[in-house]
Amino acid sequence: MSSYTQKKGFGAAVWDYITTVDHKKLAVMYLLAGTLFFAIAGFEALLMRIQLMKPNNDFVSAGFFNELLTMHGTTMLFLAATPLLFAFMNMLVPLQIGARDVAFPFLNSLGFWLFFLGAVFLHLSFFMGGAPDAGWTSYASLSLYSPGHGIDFYVLGLQISGAGTLISGLNFIVTIITMRAPGMTFMRMPLFTWTALVSSALILFAFPPLTIGLLMMLFDRMFGGNFFDHTMGGNTVIWEHLFWIFGHPEVYILVLPAFGLFSEIIPAFSRKRLFGYSSMVFATILIGFLGFMVWAHHMFTVGLGPTANAIFAVATMAIAVPTGMKVFNWILTIWGGSIKVTTPMLYALGFIPSFVAGGVTGVMQASAPLDYQLHDSYFIVAHFHYVIVGGIVTALFGSAHFYWPIFFNRMLNETLGKITFWVFFIGFHLTFFLQHFLGLMGMPRRVFTYMEGQGWDQFNYISTIGALMMGVGVILMVINCLMSIKGKPAGRDPWGDGRTLEWSIPQPIPFYNFRQTPLVRGLDPWWIEKQEGNKEVTFAEPLGDIHMPNNSAIPFVISLGMFIAAFGALYNPDADKPWSIYVLIIGLAITFGAMIARSVKDDHGFHLHKEEILEIEEHLYGKGGNK
Amino acid sequence: MMKGLKKWRLFSLLAVMMVFLSGCGEDYLSTLKPSGEVGKQQLNLLLLTTVIMTLVVVIVSVIYLLAFLKYRRARVGENVIPKQVEGSHTLEVIWTVIPIILLLIIAVPVVTTTYKFADVAAMDEVDEEGNKTALTINVTAKLYWWEFEYPNQGIVTAQELVVPTGEKVYFNLKAADVKHSFWIPAVGGKMDTNVENLNKFYLVFDKESKDLKDGVFYGKCAELCGPSHALMDFKVKTLSPDAFDAWVDAMKATEGQTADKASTDLGEATFANSCLGCHAISGSGAGGTPGPNLTTFGDRNRVAGFLEHNEESLKAWIKNPEEFKPGNLMMNADGTAPIYGNLSDEEIEALATYIMGLSVEK
Repeated sequence: MSSYTQKKGFGAAVWDYITTVDHKKLAVMYLLAGTLFFAIAGFEALLMRIQLMKPNNDFVSAGFFNELLTMHGTTMLFLAATPLLFAFMNMLVPLQIGARDVAFPFLNSLGFWLFFLGAVFLHLSFFMGGAPDAGWTSYASLSLYSPGHGIDFYVLGLQISGAGTLISGLNFIVTIITMRAPGMTFMRMPLFTWTALVSSALILFAFPPLTIGLLMMLFDRMFGGNFFDHTMGGNTVIWEHLFWIFGHPEVYILVLPAFGLFSEIIPAFSRKRLFGYSSMVFATILIGFLGFMVWAHHMFTVGLGPTANAIFAVATMAIAVPTGMKVFNWILTIWGGSIKVTTPMLYALGFIPSFVAGGVTGVMQASAPLDYQLHDSYFIVAHFHYVIVGGIVTALFGSAHFYWPIFFNRMLNETLGKITFWVFFIGFHLTFFLQHFLGLMGMPRRVFTYMEGQGWDQFNYISTIGALMMGVGVILMVINCLMSIKGKPAGRDPWGDGRTLEWSIPQPIPFYNFRQTPLVRGLDPWWIEKQEGNKEVTFAEPLGDIHMPNNSAIPFVISLGMFIAAFGALYNPDADKPWSIYVLIIGLAITFGAMIARSVKDDHGFHLHKEEILEIEEHLYGKGGNK
Repeated sequence: MMKGLKKWRLFSLLAVMMVFLSGCGEDYLSTLKPSGEVGKQQLNLLLLTTVIMTLVVVIVSVIYLLAFLKYRRARVGENVIPKQVEGSHTLEVIWTVIPIILLLIIAVPVVTTTYKFADVAAMDEVDEEGNKTALTINVTAKLYWWEFEYPNQGIVTAQELVVPTGEKVYFNLKAADVKHSFWIPAVGGKMDTNVENLNKFYLVFDKESKDLKDGVFYGKCAELCGPSHALMDFKVKTLSPDAFDAWVDAMKATEGQTADKASTDLGEATFANSCLGCHAISGSGAGGTPGPNLTTFGDRNRVAGFLEHNEESLKAWIKNPEEFKPGNLMMNADGTAPIYGNLSDEEIEALATYIMGLSVEK
C-alpha cells in the first residue's frame, strides 16, 4: 500500500498531524508545544530578572510583574515541563516496552489537544484584558479579590489542560500494565518506564484535588459560590490544602521522569547496568508515596499548629532518604564503568551536584522553625529552581540530545551541545546560587522591586547576568535543534551504547514500531542481544498482520468545543456580554456532538498485511528489508 | 586523638560558616544577624543544617568526582566492557542508615523548637489584679499597610511597630482583606496573617534599634498580596522598657486628639475635611480605621512605609498615591483621583507640614 510511503503536501501534512493518533507524532507535537511554552515562560523570567536588575527599576509595572510571575510559574510547570516530559514518555514508553502504540491512541490525541488548547486559552489572557496575577498558587483571598478576568483564564485554562494531563496519565498507566512485550516483566522494565508509571499514578491521584479546587474557585468567581469567601463562612485555607495536595505531588510528577531519563543516560554512557536497579524502583515508588504525605510543608507559616508542623517536617525529611539512595546508585553506576562524556552525559554529570544542592536546601526548609525564616523569601526561589532547573531542565536538555535520533533520526551537534551546556550550567548557578543569600538577607519573593540600601543590589545584578546567560543557552539549544534538520540520518543505535529496546529499532522507526513483537530476555534487552553478537532482537512472533488504529479528527473537535465553551463561561458573569451564554452552549454542543459521534461510530482500526509491511520496509530501508 | 581531631575539624568548619554567613546582609534586615531569641535559635538551626548538608554535598561530590576521574573511557580503554554489577546490599544499607542518622540529628531540635515557638500560653497569664502580664499586640495587615493595636494598653498605631526590648512580645495576627505575612527578618519570623482566623506567635527583641542605620528594624510582607506587595514594608522601633512605658503614656495622652475644620491652620482644616474620615490622630483606643493611624507620623521613619521621610515625599504621595503604591485603597473607584479629591498645592503644602508635625516623641 503505497499511501504510507508517498510524499505529502503541506495541507495534508498538517491534517495528518491534527488527526494523528501515532504516539511518535504526538510526542513530536508535545515536544514542539512544550518548547514553545518553555520559551514563552523563559522570556517572562528574563523580563522579571531585568526588572530586578537594579533597585527601584521601572522596566515593567507592578501589576504586569505579578502577571509575569504568575504566568512564568504556571506555564513552566503545567505547560512546559509537563508536556516536555510527556513528549519523552509518549515517544519512549511504547518503544521501551515493545508495544506498537499506547493502549488508547485516541485518548492520547485527546489528551494532547486538551492540553494544547487549554494552554493557548490561558495565554490569550495577555491580549484579552490581562493575565492572571495571583501567583501560580493563586491563593484564594487574593485570587477572589483580583479584578478582571485574569483568574478566570487561569481557572478555565488549567481545568481544560489538566483534563488532558489526567487522560494522558491514565493512558500511560494502562499502557505500561497491559502492553508489555513477552518477557518484559515489571522488574525488567527500563527505569524510565518505571518512573513514567509511578508519575502517571501520581497524576491520577494528584490532579483530582486540583480539579475540585479549580471548580470551587470557578463557582466562587462566576456564580457567587462561597467556598473560599470567609465573610460568607468560606475558608481560604481549604484552597491552600487542595492546591498543595495537588501541588506537592506535581513536583514529583515532574522530577521522577527526569530521574528516569538520567537513569537511562548514565548506564548507557557508563556501559554498565544501572547499579541497584531494584532499590531504584523501590525508591521511585517510595518517593511517589511519600510525595502525598508532605504537602503541608508548603504551609508551615499558615498556623496549622506545632503538631501538624512537626509531623510534616519529619515526613518531609524522610523523602531525603530514598532520594539519597538514587543519587548514590547513580554514582555507583559510574563507578567501575567506562564513562564517555557525551553531551547527554555532561548534563547527567552536571545534574548530580546541582540536584543534591537543591535537595539539601529542601531538608533545611523541612525544618519547620527554620522555614519560618526561609518561607516566601528568595531562599525558596533558589531552592525550587535548583530542583527544577538542576533536576528537570537538565534532564530535558540532556535527553533531547540523547533521544534526538529516536525522535528525528538525526543527531544534535555535540560540540555546540557542550558549549550550550556550559553556558546554561554556569548561567544557572550564577542566577540561583546567590538567591539563597538574598533570601537569608531578608528579601521576600514575588516582589516587583526593592529599595536601595538593603544590601541586595549586587546579588540581584549578578543573578540577572546569570539569567541572561541561561537565555543564551536556550537559544543555542534551539539553534542546534534547527541545524539538525540538515543533518545526516543517524541510523540505528547511533550512540553505540544503547541498552534498551528503543535503540534496537531500525531508523526511521516505522509507524508500527516493531515489525515483530520482541522477546525480552532480561533487563537491558538490546544490550543482551548485542553482547551475544546478535544484530537483531529475538522476536516473540513470526511476521504477520499488524492491527493499527485509524486516525481521527474527533479528539481535536472535542477539545476545540471545550476551547470555545471556555470563552462563553469566561464572559458569562459580565452583564454587558449577553452573547456569552450562546458561545458556551455552542462550544459544549460541539464537544458533546463529537463525543456522541465517537460513541456511535464503530472504529475497529485496520490491519496491515504482511506484504504491505515488506513494501514499507523496502521503501524505508532499501532492498533487503529490515536486516 | 583521632576523635578530637574530627571534632576540631567540625568546629573549624562551623566557625568558617559562621564568619561567611554573618558577612552577609544588614543588621536591621538580615536573618543572619538576628537580635532576638527566636531569630537566634533559627540561625542556630540554619547553621546546624548547613553544616550537615554541606558535608553531604562535599562527600557526594568527592565520590562522584573520583568515580568520574577514574573511569573515563579514555582511561579505561575504548573496547573495555565493564563488569555488569547488579548492586550491593551492604552499600544500600550504609547509604540508607547514614542519612537517617543525619536526619535524626536535625529532627530532634526541629521538633522541640517547633513546639517551643508555638507556646503562647503566657498570653493569657494575669497578675493578682487580673491584668495581663505579657505584652500582646494585635497586628492587622491591610492593603498595603500594617495596624498595630495594643489591647492591654488601649493604644493603637500603624506602620511603625514600637516594642520594648528584653521580653517576649506576643502577636495576634490577622488580615483585613487578603492574606499577608508578617515578617521581621532580623528578629525572627514569620507568620501568615490569614483572613479567617487569628494566628499567634511571639518574638523577643534584644537590641535597642536607635543604634541601627535608620534607627529601626525592617519588617516585610512575605505573601503576595497584590501589585504593591513589594512595597508593604513596615518598621520596628525597639525601646528600653522604661522608654517604652513612656511612649505608651504619651500615646495614651493623645486621647481625644482631633483636627478642627474651623482651625485657622490650613493644614489642620484640610486634614479635618479630607483625611479625618479615614485617619485617626489619636493613639488612644482601638484600631479598625480605614486608613493608618497618623498620631506618631512625625516620629516615623518612612512615608507610606517605604518612601523617604520628608515633606517632599509626603506631598507627592498625597497628590497621587497610586503612582507610588499601585492598587492602594486611597483612590476612588475608577482610579482617577484620590477619594479626598484633588487638593490644591497650597492645601497639600499645609497638610504635609501639619501631618509631619504629628508626634508623641517631640
